[in-house]
Amino acid sequence: MSFIKPINHHPRLEQNKLGLTRRDYEGAISTLCAGCGHDSISACIIEACFQLNIEAYKVAKLSGIGCSSKAPAYFLNQSHGFNSVHGRMPSVATGANCANGDLLYLGISGDGDSASIGIGQFIHAIRRQINMVYFVENNGTYGLTKGQFSATNDLESKNKYGEDNLFKPIDLASMAIQLGASYVARSFSGDRDQLIPLIKGAIQHKGFALLDIISPCVTFNNHDSSTKSYDYIRNHNEAVGKTDFVPLGEEITTSYKSGSSVEVNLHDGSKIALEKVNSKFDPTNPGNSLSYIREKSEEGKLLTGLLYFDESSEDLHETLNLTKTPLNQLKQGELCPGEKTLEKINESLS
Amino acid sequence: MDKKYLFKRNSVWWVKVAVPSKFREQFGFDLRQSTGEKDLDKALLMRDSIVSDLKSKFLGSNAEDKSTKDFLKKTDISDPQYFHKVVDCQYACPAHTNVPEYIRLIAQKKYTDAYMLNWESNVFPGILGRTCDRPCEPACRRTRTHDKPVAICRLKRVTYDNKGDIEDLIPETPKVKNGMKIALIGGGPASLTVARDLLPLGYDCTIFEKDSKPGGLMRTNIPSFRLPESVLDEEVYRIIKMGADLKTNSYIEDLEPLIKDFDAVFIGSGAPKGKDLNLPGREEAKENIHIGIDWLTSIAFEHTKEIGKKVLVIGGGNTAMDCCRSAVRLGAKEVKVTVRSPFNKMKASDWEIEEAMEEGIPILDNTSPKEFLLDEKGKLCGMKFDKMIMKDIDGSSKLVPSGEEVVYECDDVLLAIGQDNAFPWIRKDIGIEFGEWDMPIVDKTTMQSSHPKVFFGGDAAWGPENIIWAVSHGHQAAISIDNFCSNVDLNLRPDPITNLVSQKMGIHEWSYDNDISQAKRFEVPHADLSKALDDLKMEVELGFDEKLALEEAQRCLNCDMQTVFEEDLCIECDACVDICPTDCINFIDNDTEQEIRGKLRVPALNLDQSLYVSGELKTKRRMVKDEDMCVHCGLCAERCPTGAWDMKKHKYIEGHTLNNKIKVKEVA
Repeated sequence: MSFIKPINHHPRLEQNKLGLTRRDYEGAISTLCAGCGHDSISACIIEACFQLNIEAYKVAKLSGIGCSSKAPAYFLNQSHGFNSVHGRMPSVATGANCANGDLLYLGISGDGDSASIGIGQFIHAIRRQINMVYFVENNGTYGLTKGQFSATNDLESKNKYGEDNLFKPIDLASMAIQLGASYVARSFSGDRDQLIPLIKGAIQHKGFALLDIISPCVTFNNHDSSTKSYDYIRNHNEAVGKTDFVPLGEEITTSYKSGSSVEVNLHDGSKIALEKVNSKFDPTNPGNSLSYIREKSEEGKLLTGLLYFDESSEDLHETLNLTKTPLNQLKQGELCPGEKTLEKINESLS
Repeated sequence: MDKKYLFKRNSVWWVKVAVPSKFREQFGFDLRQSTGEKDLDKALLMRDSIVSDLKSKFLGSNAEDKSTKDFLKKTDISDPQYFHKVVDCQYACPAHTNVPEYIRLIAQKKYTDAYMLNWESNVFPGILGRTCDRPCEPACRRTRTHDKPVAICRLKRVTYDNKGDIEDLIPETPKVKNGMKIALIGGGPASLTVARDLLPLGYDCTIFEKDSKPGGLMRTNIPSFRLPESVLDEEVYRIIKMGADLKTNSYIEDLEPLIKDFDAVFIGSGAPKGKDLNLPGREEAKENIHIGIDWLTSIAFEHTKEIGKKVLVIGGGNTAMDCCRSAVRLGAKEVKVTVRSPFNKMKASDWEIEEAMEEGIPILDNTSPKEFLLDEKGKLCGMKFDKMIMKDIDGSSKLVPSGEEVVYECDDVLLAIGQDNAFPWIRKDIGIEFGEWDMPIVDKTTMQSSHPKVFFGGDAAWGPENIIWAVSHGHQAAISIDNFCSNVDLNLRPDPITNLVSQKMGIHEWSYDNDISQAKRFEVPHADLSKALDDLKMEVELGFDEKLALEEAQRCLNCDMQTVFEEDLCIECDACVDICPTDCINFIDNDTEQEIRGKLRVPALNLDQSLYVSGELKTKRRMVKDEDMCVHCGLCAERCPTGAWDMKKHKYIEGHTLNNKIKVKEVA
């Protein structure tokens, strides 16, 4: 038997406004381990792009090194892509974003790529508010090098060979809130009902959006003493509430109890609606979010959902007042303003 | 046109309603009822009331009480019929031939094995590979997932054309008989099947054939340009050679003595009476008016060797197609077929109509015969017809004369407007009851008539069907006769032999080929038409050569490779959902079947196809797979990290006389 995905699809497969099916957003067949959480995340990205009617040629997929960073090959095979050096995806994203602000930037990274070798890059990408969606496919282990602990692995967790983890984990979501990221969410690869609206919200958000997604490593970190296994996450997951993404021009149809819901307008006019389960939680207040994450963590719970957002912040383009036209579309006349302008500039300097 | 709930059997429209899983123990997978109508428009009118009647059987009870909604239950895959139904072709075949397995054997060039697999279940692979009505093909999954079905019938022919020596593979008939004597009336496919099934058990089988050679309608009504005599003789005489006592030219005048002399009697005498057309001029022109099936018979036995220059064939069924094509080969220069109904409602199989038209024979539809015309010498010279038109009368569309009349000249007329059963040799007082239309009353399961020693099968039982149904009747009658002669209850039927075996060989290794060809159905090569039309015995279809056969075989989707799910192993990682190319797999909260069908990734609208439901998973959800569009590629099993999915080959062999013996022994 060969490992081939047949090209035919269900004849009644749904089409989006572009006349495409979700199969049209797929990539090559995955070579990750069977059951890898990363594949579920790829499937959710496919679903989100399908539902948002995104044109694949207006997307750039950027990644570093690691199992996670292989994943862009497995979705949106008609999009642009750049597989960079280990931990250096944010620099490439920064450069690409400055040169062409028209594309949707999907950065795919892992806990090794972002929380260890690339942590400096990660921090500065947030600080600069690059308009991108930054996925951390977080499995708490170095799967590609046979299962050593990564920097996001929990203190009480053991590795597959029974050794204890001696260090406290880095919480990338809390870190991103502190650094000023304007959209921070955490989710679980095994919960697509939660993950897909969060991805859609992140794509429509203007500014830096971090999605810290717990993605179990079936080969090295899905054992009984792991804190990032399918079973452990299912038993310790506590969602801040149900998140809905509401496209532009559609009404919020779900009715929430008064006082329990938060709505936020995204820059394109679509909305995110969040039904909170706890009145103490305010996702628009960074201090409140941080303390709530910490509180739940001390209870042994993993807080998931949309943890923080701020739709008013400005992105790198606005801060640096960069041209709205992509550099590759600037004409000679715009790039070279002419002799008279040069003279004026020179005069102003004298 | 919307043909929902409707299906066609033997040119009559039936209504079929899927039964929700909760009621399957009680009612089976579906409820069926004939509309009795051959006309689609009339059947459409009756459909809704029949559907609601059938549905009320199982919906009546749960309509009132919504609090106890009938949630989906875990699918019982130990029921052999569950996976059997997934193999659409095998399930649709009256003899339940294991189609995917023989196609795989063809792909491996094991033609002899593929032939024997066919021979076990359908007895006449060479004959059926050329002439079967192929109920398997419209059922083929490929008609839903792709376009046209796999050419199952013509691949069956490939097994015949390429097989090696099989004489050593034919079961031996024991020298010591069991002392039971069975009379088989008629030497057609039904009787021959009964003989083949009973001979290896030691029964003494005597076949009474009215003609000079055995074969029944396969010999008399199917022209040799469709079925060469050598193929027919080989497969028919193989059974005779197994030890049946063949008495040719033995028309039975009276059944009663046979009932006394034999331990059981099987009647497989067919539907031998062609319908006549009593119109003005019929009596005067009788010299040149022929009953189609009788005329074909006299060609088969070489009594008729010529026909007039201008020939009219009346009728739109397969016999009409055989008549017109035979007439051309006997030298007729102008052959026309006239059909009363519109073209798209003709009863003949599409491919038979196509072949007649390819030979240049016009088919004149909406043309209803009115009168035979005679010339001044009193000889047939033409026919007058009414042109027909569809009219809306009292809300239903009916075929009525348009007022226009047409006349076609002719020298001869062939009538092919249907067949009737005729049992003048069964006296009414010997204990065999007859019902409507003078048809015998026969038990649907056991094939037994109201006389315990007499069994019916083939066209003799319920009127004209096709060969594969006769074979199926023969198998069932043989089981009944075996039970009857062993004093076992006839309703104790042998269980099917089933097996479900994992195909996993190792990492990325499976023991079947899932690289399915996306090619369109391959056309069967034909002989040069100019030569074929001159020769009554030259086979028109040449059959697939080896290269084409292997390519066509690669189109089979391997529906017998079942996706088997074990919920205890599932970690709900969704890998199978993501990889499934046809979006069949879902993880969903339980609900009623109707709700679930609507909530799947792609709603499951084909109610004929089952939902495969797991037990409760850790998250309280269930795995629900819609069997409708599954292409059996095995990627769910390939991508499953825990082996919760596996691809298992489901072997299903319909119960037959050989494993019936086991039960007989147990009972004895």
